[in-house]
Amino acid sequence: MARAALPRRLSWQLARVVELVDETSRTQSIVLEPPEWPGHRAGQHVDVRLTAEDGYQAERSYSIASAPEDDHLVLTVERLDDGEVSPYLAGELRPGDELELRGPIGGYFVWEAQLGGPLLLLAGGSGIVPLRAMLRHRAATGSTIAARLLYSSKSLADVIYRNELESLAADDEVDVRFTLTREQPEGWRGYRGRIDEELLRDIAWPPEERPLVYICGPTAFVEVAASVLVQLGHDAGRIKTERFGPTGR
Amino acid sequence: MGRISRGFTGRRRTSVDPARVPPGQYVTDDFPVLSAGPTPHHPLDWWSFTIQGAVDEPVSWSWQEFQALPSETVTKDIHCVTKWSKLDTVWTGVSLDTLLDGVETSAEYVMASSDGGYTTNLPLEDITGGKAWVAYAYDGEPLEPEHGGPARLLVPHLYFWKSAKWVRGIELRTEDEPGFWEGYGYHNYGDPWLEQRYQGD
Repeated sequence: MARAALPRRLSWQLARVVELVDETSRTQSIVLEPPEWPGHRAGQHVDVRLTAEDGYQAERSYSIASAPEDDHLVLTVERLDDGEVSPYLAGELRPGDELELRGPIGGYFVWEAQLGGPLLLLAGGSGIVPLRAMLRHRAATGSTIAARLLYSSKSLADVIYRNELESLAADDEVDVRFTLTREQPEGWRGYRGRIDEELLRDIAWPPEERPLVYICGPTAFVEVAASVLVQLGHDAGRIKTERFGPTGR
Repeated sequence: MGRISRGFTGRRRTSVDPARVPPGQYVTDDFPVLSAGPTPHHPLDWWSFTIQGAVDEPVSWSWQEFQALPSETVTKDIHCVTKWSKLDTVWTGVSLDTLLDGVETSAEYVMASSDGGYTTNLPLEDITGGKAWVAYAYDGEPLEPEHGGPARLLVPHLYFWKSAKWVRGIELRTEDEPGFWEGYGYHNYGDPWLEQRYQGD
């Protein structure tokens, strides 16, 4: 596996909040201007640190939603009702505030055009965030590598970046497919239900085409998607995963 | 201390002794899963654990032989670099002291390696002296594949990426070399109490 050591210390810095964008009722994009941003690769994340008046601190990691080529650093945060940091980031934070962060972090779950393809992206819920950075990077570099996205959401209202993804699909840039697991609008022509073998057989290129696969989502989604692809004959070494959330038991 | 975040109060858990939680960590009752790739699923008769490298003779145990070794059940707090900590986790497995008993070596480092190609490096003195185990049960039940089963390394005093899932052996080494995450910029040693998350911390 390729190595890409980070050459420098990752110092905390105060990034200015430029803008907040509602993506869905539970997710918000935070557009940031860090004073010293060394650049990042699509798929990497940052650490965010909040400090209370009495000195108490809380840290969390968030995937970067923007491409390296974008003007600003963007995080997209899902508000978890019982969370400690996400209700602040997607509720309390205002433009003009400063947010302490450091990064970029991680170097395995990244995609760049020279890694090739075909590129198969599988997203569950807010797992779309780092994969969206990859799609924006692909578009920004004019890459013609074939790319396909399966995005699993509870309902259409929970789809993050819907307009952006639909316009990528409309331009035939990326083969974008949605599955809605809980609620489908009338006349819905996408997939229904959770990811399973039948759906993956339909979506994935055959193993002989050696797609490069990135899977990001809740643990159960990632476990099913990765295990089924391995069973179907895909090379485990070409399947990269990022999981979040509880185990569900 | 960082800049005060306007309007942030935090949701401290009053039931947890703060002295047990390293800086930047939060306590969870859940058991999150983090892995860089697919979870390996292999039959147990396929499994072995091997100590090799700077030793006269490599030693290896089949699954059955491994189960016959003296085991220990330990209760430990674990700390993941992604910020969660889990307190009082109960593991059963074989101490590295037991596995290394009788192994003569001049090595000062080890590289643990796992099914799927994962590796992580540690100083030998951090896995000896009652500090590390190859664990095959969690909370009295066989360790589930997504948590590293059939067996994972358990080195609870370091960030949990050092506790390699699906571990299949260790190589004793005279020179240190970065493992998987260490090669991607994570800290070479990973002491949670010093918040050694990334290179330079």
